[in-house]
Parts: sequence; C-alpha cells; structure tokens
Amino acid sequence: MNAAFEHSSPWCQSTLPVMMTHVRRLLLVLAVAGCGGKQAPAPDQIELRRVGANELRAVEDFAKIRDRGTRSRALFGEVARVLAHPRCINCHPSGDVPHQRMTMEQHDPPVVRGPDDRGVPGMECTACHQDRNQPLTRVPGAPKWPLAPIEMAWVGKSVSYICNQIKDPKRNGGKSLSQLIEHNAHDELVGWGWAPGTEREPAPGTQAQFGALTAAWVETGAECPEEKR
Amino acid sequence: MKVKINGVEKSLDVDPEMPLLWALRDVLGLTGTKYGCGEALCGACTVHLDGHAVRSCVTPMRRVDGHAVTTIEGLSPDGSHPLQEAWLEVRTPQCGFCQTGQIMTAAALLAIKPKPTDADIDQSMAGNICRCGTYPRIRAAIKKAAGIDGGDQ
Repeated sequence: MNAAFEHSSPWCQSTLPVMMTHVRRLLLVLAVAGCGGKQAPAPDQIELRRVGANELRAVEDFAKIRDRGTRSRALFGEVARVLAHPRCINCHPSGDVPHQRMTMEQHDPPVVRGPDDRGVPGMECTACHQDRNQPLTRVPGAPKWPLAPIEMAWVGKSVSYICNQIKDPKRNGGKSLSQLIEHNAHDELVGWGWAPGTEREPAPGTQAQFGALTAAWVETGAECPEEKR
Repeated sequence: MKVKINGVEKSLDVDPEMPLLWALRDVLGLTGTKYGCGEALCGACTVHLDGHAVRSCVTPMRRVDGHAVTTIEGLSPDGSHPLQEAWLEVRTPQCGFCQTGQIMTAAALLAIKPKPTDADIDQSMAGNICRCGTYPRIRAAIKKAAGIDGGDQ
C-alpha cells in the first residue's frame, strides 16, 4: 500500500503501520545506540515480559529499566503499539481519505476529509456514522466521529516523529501533556478503539492501561525514541 | 416522538432504533426514498436531516426526534426544484431507482456550494451509486441546475 510500510527494522526505526509486527517480536528494550537492524545487542538491553498481540505491558513491567530516559522511550514504544493499531491509525491518515479494516484499505464509500475534517456536503461523516456502533449494519460510531486533522497524521510516520508530534501542542490539538494523559485515558473516541463493535479487532490492552502508560511516559520525561539516521 | 417531515410536524409511535427509512416508507407511506443496500453504502436512501444529507437506512429514529427531515417528496412542492427540472431536461434517470438519493445528495451540495467545481461534485456524489452508469448525466444535471457551463449533454 505504501512504500513507507515496508520497514523491517526494530521499532525505533519503524513506521507505525508495520510496528505491530515488530513489537510482537521485540523482547528487548533497545538502548538509544542499539537500534541497528543487524548490530549486536547493546549491553544494557533488558528483557521485558512477553505479551500477546492483543495485550499491553503494564507500567510495572518497565520498572526494571533503571535509566529514566531509556524507560521513558520504552514506555512510548508500548503506547505506540496502540497508536499503530488500525482501530486508531485508520483515522489518522497522511492524506485526505481515511483507512478502514485491519488491512488499512481506503474507506469505502469513497470519502474525503473536507475543510473541517468532517467530510464534504452530501458526504459528511455523520451521514452514515451515528453516536454508537450499529450492530446490524456494522457501521461503527461514537458521539463524535471526525477524521484526525492532517497535523495529527500518523500513517507512514516513524515512532520518533509521532512521539514528538503527539507532545507538540501545535500538532496535538493544543494539549498539554497532562491533557494528553486525560485524553488517552478517557476520551470517548479514543475509547472506541477498545469497543469497536461487530467483529472488529480492538486495540491491544485496555484504555485504562493506555492512559497509565501515557502517564508513566510523561512522568519519566516524555522522552522520544531517536529518529533513524 | 415528534419529527417535522417535509415541513409538517408528525407524531410517531415507533421504536427509537427503527431506521428512519422504515418510518418514512412503511409508517408514513413516503416511498420516494428507496431501500438500496441497507448498510449506508449506496446512497439510494439519502434524505436531509436539518439540511444535511444522511443515509436514512442507518439513521435511527432517536437521532431524528425533534428534528426536521426532508425527503424527495418535500424537496419542492411541485417538482420544480432546479435539480428536479435539470434531471428531466438532461434525461438523467434510467431505471430511476437511485435517482432520489442522487438528487437529495446533490441538493445538499448545492445548498452549501451553489457553484460547485467538478471536483466538488465528484467528492460529494462519490457515495451515490448508479448501476445504470448515469454519472455523466448526473454531473451535467447538477451543473445545469447550478447554472454552470457544461450542464448540457
């Protein structure tokens, strides 16, 4: 679908859509300098608890990482497993068309974001999407159902980019870090990711875990993984 | 619940989860709005809710309670809406099944953008499917109704 998806390196270098697969394999928290694909493991790699693809590690799982900055970056890696999930990233496209399904195909019927991220006249998001999921027609819904603004685009972006983006008030809807924690922990549309209805696969873990991981990331300095060079 | 249908206040005793399309066709007898796919994928059931185009097959009555719905029967009192006239002039309908949804979507577009570009028309009409392939005529009729060059086949 997108050449940017075809990375095969560890999460510190990956773009989000492929990151899920890599994170499942990733048992080690990589030190800042140890992010090369075929390099020998860095001496301070620490093994984290294995979890299934539909689970999130708990904040406590990261306590064994002594270095605060390394712990913060590792926590964001866990947060990013949620951001990378199609339930979340599908509505953070880098273009004007949302994605859908686990395959991230283009939204069908064909829709575009429009001037205020809510569609165009005659084809507004709420022409079809209601305030809740509809089990019979399988149309997903939540009280508010806009597309993420283009400055919040995640598709094809690196984890490092998104980390810096998500804590930048100019690109996160004007949120402080404490507001970001609240948003991730309690926002209804964010919460839809874990209650998507019908046969849709939910985002990993729970919203409460996601909020706790976000809070722990902020508390450890909101450090971001380094960009691939 | 109370709903203004084509300008007339109606009191309806229906399940709040009943799709608006069911209420229109089966309860109120307004059969101009068509059932196509039943999953908001084809646009045949498009009506206006407070002036915005919605797919009535997936719109529950609880959302409509206290609001105004306009169907093809209420778009104009006598079929004289510019789109309806242009539709006939360009001979847009073939089998005709999708046409009321097409017109209601186009009317929602022209209400916001009286002089739409081709790109505007394409984006707004993209979700209304026509199995007869009348898309060039639909576009021509919309442009004709808008008084834009290119509105004649």
